[in-house]
Amino acid sequence: MSRESGIGNRGSKGKANDPSATLGTGAETGTGNSGSADDWVPGARPATATSGIAENAFFEYLLRLADDRLVLGHRLSEWCGHAPILEEDIALANIALDLIGQASMLLKLAGETEGKGRDEDALAYFRDAIEFRNVQLVELPNGDFAVTIVRQFLFDAWDVLVLERLTGASNQALAGIAAKALKEAKYHLRHTAEWVRMLGDGTPESHARAQRALDDLWPYAAELFLADAVDAEAVASGSGVDFGSLRPQWQRTVDQVLGEATLTIPKEGFAPRGGRTGRHTEHLGRMLADMQSLARAHPGATW
Amino acid sequence: MVSVADSRRQEILAWLDEVKDPEVPVLSIRELGVLRDVEVSGNEVVVVMTPTYSGCPAMHAMEADVVTTLARHGVPNARVKTVYSPAWTTDWMSDAAKAKLAAYGIAPPGRVESDDLVPLRRRAPVECPYCHSVNTIVRSEFGSTACKAILFCNGCRQPFELFKAI
Repeated sequence: MSRESGIGNRGSKGKANDPSATLGTGAETGTGNSGSADDWVPGARPATATSGIAENAFFEYLLRLADDRLVLGHRLSEWCGHAPILEEDIALANIALDLIGQASMLLKLAGETEGKGRDEDALAYFRDAIEFRNVQLVELPNGDFAVTIVRQFLFDAWDVLVLERLTGASNQALAGIAAKALKEAKYHLRHTAEWVRMLGDGTPESHARAQRALDDLWPYAAELFLADAVDAEAVASGSGVDFGSLRPQWQRTVDQVLGEATLTIPKEGFAPRGGRTGRHTEHLGRMLADMQSLARAHPGATW
Repeated sequence: MVSVADSRRQEILAWLDEVKDPEVPVLSIRELGVLRDVEVSGNEVVVVMTPTYSGCPAMHAMEADVVTTLARHGVPNARVKTVYSPAWTTDWMSDAAKAKLAAYGIAPPGRVESDDLVPLRRRAPVECPYCHSVNTIVRSEFGSTACKAILFCNGCRQPFELFKAI
């Protein structure tokens, strides 16, 4: 799909797009990288005098923000040409485009923060599943239309709150991206909330499917509110969001819309986690194989 | 007193009025609000632009048009700098620009509203750019480009596009 391939194609070309430069040959940084692919795993990179823990943590943090959008944007793009009605085909493709555009800006900033010459294309197409930092919710297969809409609604309700907080980030680049993305996220939330109402409060068939989607996805939403040392460092630096603190406000939006949709909120139970540190479901690897195949078959190709 | 750099800047801004949004060819990038500024320093010309939407593919075309247009006017070395802040808003569009949109057949954006969850279909009616009826309905909150929604006029039985207010 050209949408994915368009990541960062207005960014700089050449050396940074060449995977041989991004595979840690050391040519970019000259800091004596081992040249092994392990350099790609930020958590496994030894802290050095030049790459202080703050930069490491901020890079990692930006990957989390970016990867949620990249992965969900790609999932939505899979609907292109397959949605139940033309209007929703267009809507899902548009939301995908916004999310992938946001991911592109965030990955560019992440690459600059890392300082190893990786641009947004290198980060999107030349990391493996274990190096992705998205929550598992966004990598799950699209399922039917109800699954896609409920997943998008649960994400959008969270995303708006995250971006609202980030508009006040001490890092000006991040604050600017957040302010831009927030306008788009609000439009998404309005749209998906309306669809949750229509599906839930619709026919017996649409209600049953929406409820089933909610039951299946609900456990995965919990990961949106988990935080670890990386998030805490970002918060301490003034550029982070205390994810846990967003839960009550998120819950109010979700309760309101699900109530109007006559859907029942599932009971809390086992909640999968691990996406933020690279532990993913089997689905992400397959999705990335599809998303990254073109870039890897033709490294550095532009048009 | 007008400095040399400033008069140069004004001249370049005027040339850039020739660059239109490829999707909405009646609006220049200046009227659209995408063109933010021109920085002139010696022989160096930097055109400051901001995207409409994060993933808007037309931005690439507009950036390329900026460079070729300035080259045509004898500025071969222009560079485009992308900024995200302040975030682009349709509130920057002048009334004259909105009138051009309506004449072209695209309903202009209203004022940006508060961030509640009221869907577009339940908001204030949009006037049809063809017959001016307000008996219109939202067909799709998303349209052929990131910046537009699709509506239908019950008055003249015509679909039309609305420039989304963000």
